[in-house]
Parts: sequence; structure tokens; C-alpha cells
Amino acid sequence: MKLIVDPVMCAGYGSCHELLPEVIDLDDWGFPLLRTPGPDRTSAQVPPAVERHAKRAAAACPKLALRLER
Amino acid sequence: MRLAAQPSDVAGSKGTRRLVASIDSSLTAHHDAYGHLPVNRHGLAAASDLAHRVDVAGLRGRGGGWFPTARKMQAVAGQVKRRRQRPVVIANGMEGEPASHKDSLLLTRSPHLVLDGLQLMAQTMGARDAFLAVPAGSPAIPVLQLAMLERSSAKLDAKQPKLLIGPDRYVASEESALANAAGGGQQLPQFAPRRHESGLGRRPTLVNNVETLAHLACIARYGPEWFRQLGTTASPGTTLVTVSGIVQNPAVLEITVGTTVSDILSSVGGTTQPLQACLTGGFGGTWVAASAATAGWSPEGLTDAGGVVGASVLGVIGHGTCGLAETSRIMWWLASQSAGQCGPCRFGLAAVAASLGQLTALADPVTAHERLRHQLGLIPGRGACRHPDGATRLARSALHVFSGEVDHHLHGRCTAPQSRCELQVPAPGIVPARQPKRGR
Repeated sequence: MKLIVDPVMCAGYGSCHELLPEVIDLDDWGFPLLRTPGPDRTSAQVPPAVERHAKRAAAACPKLALRLER
Repeated sequence: MRLAAQPSDVAGSKGTRRLVASIDSSLTAHHDAYGHLPVNRHGLAAASDLAHRVDVAGLRGRGGGWFPTARKMQAVAGQVKRRRQRPVVIANGMEGEPASHKDSLLLTRSPHLVLDGLQLMAQTMGARDAFLAVPAGSPAIPVLQLAMLERSSAKLDAKQPKLLIGPDRYVASEESALANAAGGGQQLPQFAPRRHESGLGRRPTLVNNVETLAHLACIARYGPEWFRQLGTTASPGTTLVTVSGIVQNPAVLEITVGTTVSDILSSVGGTTQPLQACLTGGFGGTWVAASAATAGWSPEGLTDAGGVVGASVLGVIGHGTCGLAETSRIMWWLASQSAGQCGPCRFGLAAVAASLGQLTALADPVTAHERLRHQLGLIPGRGACRHPDGATRLARSALHVFSGEVDHHLHGRCTAPQSRCELQVPAPGIVPARQPKRGR
């Protein structure tokens, strides 16, 4: 499962970090920082063990800035 | 053969005057200087086999990326085929880089070369719409309007292009910003949709810098072998370059690609003081040391020296200037030019500018330097466009090229504390508040 952060939609609420800290950290300014990003730093692979947490994080984002792809 | 040495005048030795052959921007003067385009049986500019000619000519984009134009055309042609939609072609005359004057000069002096190129590209790609994008307030606007009137009276063009007048800001020259504006949206960079998703309402769009299209109009007339007579094997042809800073005669030149930095500087009367460093590519480019003066002005020539052609800007500073102070001014401007759409750019660039400012001003420089390095690591690759990446790259190049100066500053000293900045940098304005969005 791939997680994509849309940087234009993102407003830095930080709920994604609360719900999925294994994948998402926050930078100095409160914006999502992917711990192990892919070739571009706006997407990362989600470990299978936390896939359901990733779904909750995506649903909880007030700006719907997180996308999940298989 | 030189014109009077005003800034933004074109100089160049005979033989490298391909793009600005006449002072007169009229259609008559254009045809006198360049001849007519080959026409087909309908009397319209012939675009047959143009894609092949562009490929053989090895034309590379003159907007900053220097990407092979033929490959760009093929990529969009592929999208056209897959989506079964006619494309949009856009001539990019936005010239967001403030240190660059080549595009506005080209548009005011040779509008018909650009319009020929746009026409040829529109026909080759089977475009439904053709746009020429320029910033609001550009001196090229009245020239272009007149040129378009002349062409429509002469029934030159099958497809009338539309003038797209965009906001005068840095990120408005970015390709996805242009594509979005052409489709009726805001002229702001767009985050790339999933690759397998088609269109999102936007047609396949081909964006070319106006200078690229001018070269294309010449290739259509004189052929790819002619084009390759000048320049390097990897990067054939000529290119415009804006030279500024501590030179006798700041100017826009047309040079053979691969001309050395020192030869370019000689062409503008040399430097007024010993050279400390060069800014290559503009504010979105990189610094190089004076030792890079032997490098050739081409993508491959500058890479080894750590430079970039970018917007084809060469800015030079002397030893009476603090390189960190120069960079600090540029960083504040770059920060203020953020679209404000993405957090790491909107907050990060201002943070970097502040840290660099503190290092420059000797305000707790050791801590400021550490913080700066940390902040630079956070920013690249996390936005919708490459503006923050370019700004980060500039800052890093400054820390590298001016490492001696950094060392002085870490010890509480500056080699040029009273220095007046040599490069002209616009005032930064206000670091933007979040832009209201008009839906997705």
C-alpha cells in the first residue's frame, strides 16, 4: 500500500502523525514528514502491519490530503 | 557587431546573430531578414517532418531544463494518442526569473520568429488551442498584439494563438501552472495526479520556452544541419544569455552554446573588479567559484563546475561583496515568491532565509549555521513544484562556494561588512499568507 501526501491540500493539522506515527513524523513547521519516503518525498510504502491505521489516518485528515494506493 | 551597450540590448559577434536579426519587429522586416516559412499547397506554413527535423537538429529547450524538444513532443504525442484528445500548445514567455531579460527582449525584437515557431508547433502537434503566455505589464504585450494583427491580416496562421496574460510572479512560469491557466484555472503549480489517471479535465499540454520556438522557426527554414553548425554536439545551436553584476556592459547576448564564461565576460567588456564568484542560472540556479570561468556555457560544460544554465543568466560579483549577504537577499526574495500552497515551501524558505540572514549578520552565527543546515535538509522534494528545491540548492551552493566566508562568519567576522550587494534583487514583498483555494 502506498501513501501519498498531497502538499497542496495539506494544511498541517497533524492528525496523520497522531494516527500513524510509524510512517509520518512532523517537520519543524508541523507538516507531514515521511520517515522512509520513496524516490520522491511525497509518498511512502505503508508496512502491512499498520495498513488499517493508514486508512484511519487518511479518513481523519480534515483536508483529505492523504491518498492510499495499492 | 554590437548594438549600443544598454542593459537588455543584444550583442554578439557576426554569425551568432540568429535570433535577433533586425531592430525592426514588423512582419515585413521579419520576412526580409529570415525569408518566408516553407508553405504547403494551402499557403500555410508547412510543418511536415518538423518533428524529425527538430530531433536531428538536437534542439534542447531554452527555458531552463534543456530537455530535448523532440522527446517532449513525442511524450505529449503519446498522451494525445492514449487519451484521444487534441493537445494545447503554450509558448512560455513568462520569464519569472528576475535576473533574466532574454525572453522579453526576444519577444519585443523578434515576435514573428516566436509566433512562427508557435504556429509550427501547433500544426505539428495537431493542437486545438495555442497560447503565448506573458506576464501582466510586459513591454512585449503591445508588440505582440500588433504582430498578431499583422499576421491575421496576412492570413499567415491557420490557428490564431491567444495571448495569455498571467500574474507577474515567479511560480507562474512553471509548466503545470501554465497548463492550468490555459484550462481556465489559477496560474499556480499543480501537484501531479496519479500517473495512470488521464486528464483530470486538462488536455495534453506542450509548453515550450519562447526562445526554443524561435530556434524551431529557424530550423524549419534552414534545416537541422544549419542549426548544428554552431554549438556543441550534445547541445547544438546558439543561446541567449543575460549577463549582469560587476561587468562593464550588462547585456543580453546571443552566444554559440559552449562559449566559455570568460569569453562571455570579455564580450561585455570584462569585469570592473577581480571576479569572486558567478551566479549561474539565475536566482533559481547555483553559485560557482571564479575558477569556473574556463567552463563552457552549456549544460554539460557547467555541470562539472557545479553550475547550471537554467534561465541562462550569468551574474558576477567581486571580492568587495559578501557572498552570504548576496545570497541572503536572494533567499528572502525566493521565500516571498512561494505560491503559499505547500507548507515546507511556505514556511521552510522563510526559515532558511532567516537562518542565513542571522549567519550573515553575525547574530549567534554558529547556531544559525547549524539550524540552516538542518532546515535545508527538510525542504527538497516535498512540494508541488521545484521552487523550494531550487532555493535550497542555491543556499547549499553558497555554503560551498563561500565556505571561506562561512568560516569567517562562524568566528564572528565578515570580509566585507560594509558591502553593497552587486546583483540586482527585487524587494521581497510579503511572505504570502495561505491562498484561498477555489475548490480542487
